[in-house]
Amino acid sequence: MYAQMVETGVDAVRTAADMGGDERAFQARIDADIRIEPKDWMPEAYRKTLIRQMSQHAHSEIVGMLPEGNWITRAPTLKRKAILMAKVQDEGGHGLYLYSAAETLGVSRDAMTADLLSGKAKYSSIFNYPTLTWADIGAIGWLVDGAAIMNQIPLCRCSFGPYARAMVRICKEESFHQRQGYDIMLSLARGTPGQKAMAQDALDRWWWPSLMMFGPSDAESVHSAQSAAWKIKLLSNDELRQRYVDQTVPQADHLGITMPDPDLAWNADRGHYDFGAIDWAEFHAVVRGNGPCNRDRLATRVKAWEDGGWVRDAAMAHADRRAARAAAAAA
Amino acid sequence: MDDDPILFQYLLRLGDSPLILAQQLGAWVGKGPALEEDIALTNVGLDLLGQARLWLTCAGEVEARLGGAGRSEDELAFTRDGGEFRNLLLVEQPNGSYADTMARQFLFDTWHLLALRALLPSRDARVAAIADKAAREVAYHVERSGDWVVRLGDGTPESHARMQAAIDGLWMYTGEMFVPDAVELALIDAGVAADVRALEAPWRRHVDAVLAEATLSVPQNGWMQGGGGRGGKQGVHTEHLGHLLAEMQFLQRAYPDAQW
Ligand SMILES: [Fe+2]
Ligand SMILES: [Fe+2]
Repeated sequence: MYAQMVETGVDAVRTAADMGGDERAFQARIDADIRIEPKDWMPEAYRKTLIRQMSQHAHSEIVGMLPEGNWITRAPTLKRKAILMAKVQDEGGHGLYLYSAAETLGVSRDAMTADLLSGKAKYSSIFNYPTLTWADIGAIGWLVDGAAIMNQIPLCRCSFGPYARAMVRICKEESFHQRQGYDIMLSLARGTPGQKAMAQDALDRWWWPSLMMFGPSDAESVHSAQSAAWKIKLLSNDELRQRYVDQTVPQADHLGITMPDPDLAWNADRGHYDFGAIDWAEFHAVVRGNGPCNRDRLATRVKAWEDGGWVRDAAMAHADRRAARAAAAAA
Repeated sequence: MDDDPILFQYLLRLGDSPLILAQQLGAWVGKGPALEEDIALTNVGLDLLGQARLWLTCAGEVEARLGGAGRSEDELAFTRDGGEFRNLLLVEQPNGSYADTMARQFLFDTWHLLALRALLPSRDARVAAIADKAAREVAYHVERSGDWVVRLGDGTPESHARMQAAIDGLWMYTGEMFVPDAVELALIDAGVAADVRALEAPWRRHVDAVLAEATLSVPQNGWMQGGGGRGGKQGVHTEHLGHLLAEMQFLQRAYPDAQW
């Protein structure tokens, strides 16, 4: 999802026999639902996996500002413009909390940023799709923030304290975002025929990519078992995806628009919706950098960073000079 | 103060400058030089957008009481053509680099705060109330943009050169801020509008002090655009406004019957 395919650096789930005393004590704390804090002993693989997961999550918040930011200057009313600006700003705030939480594990924000800009670090595949109409802003709030909440609510109980606490704060804001997005969809669905068509078109383009946000199916998720043992992944990709489908289909019905999936049907025996096959070739293409917007998204981030270089240098130079003057005055 | 067409015009002037500046700041979201800056600049944009909405809503109410169209904030923002906009020329100048954006912000914020404070004793209670709310927000904007002028002016040789060029380039758009026309003069006499003539000296004092701290010089060219009643306040704009409006108004223009 916001962290879709996080490597754990271990081939098989570590068993008690593999572990030394520190690691057994560590795993016992996790099994007892006691939070791990930054100063506590932790296995190197746990630390590295968390850095990967949290920085991917943070990068997703930051890159995620771009598709929606694309419509701030074209929002159709002043109220919608204000809500959208505040929403995109919230996403920047989420990025900040998450970078700060990851920094407690001994990695700097600059280093994480460098990995994003070089293309080494990943961010969620969903943000490599374009926002072509205003309805896409509704669809993102409704579907993408909706999927994010589905993933992040369980993470409020994850084993690493700073991550869990960041998630609690972030989830509150994401649920606002989802309601605001749904409200945009509602006004379009109840609007003119042109607006309703715009809403349907957005759903057609965003539904499948939103399902891919949860990552590969459980059978293919080679690293999930260790993450589950460490309680930094509390539900499987397929479980989360099913919950998301079950929650979202009635919302589309309420809007009077149709999911672009002929196989979608309520299965009374399972008590869940069945849905069609996901195009994993598309997912892997996007993850490998071949989505419609990968190049643009990264180029925009790189340009913002490079254009800001002289500004950051000036701020540092000024702060140094001011500190030197204060020191001279005190001497 | 009774509602009259002059008051309607004046309210558009008060609302259009923050509206256009908020629109410009909206284009920075996600592209700032640092995450913290991105967030802080968006806050300023959100404040200005909120202020614009209050002024334009008030203008529409005045228009309705005059027996006119009584346009909503959105009708005013999205369906007027450039010549009907009453914002200052300064705020429609392009974002440019961060130095250009911060210089524009600083020159405007300094005037904006003085103008809002001068509106606090307005005999029109609605005007005074909106000015009071806005002035509290703008007091923070002035500090922030002045801080950036100092940091960039007294930063590196590159940032110094960029900030000096930005101030020099924008200077000629500051003159109209202090020149009242017939609309303002009538409302100044009525005790409703801010007498902008009285704002020039305190504006220069603050600007001079900040530029000095920033090791920047006050521009020598004193030529000012928009004089003789032919500036932004009268609807005579630079080329930039048309493009800004084309983007901002696109959806309302393309779907004129839609509710959003
Ligand atoms: Fe977020
Ligand atoms: Fe969100």
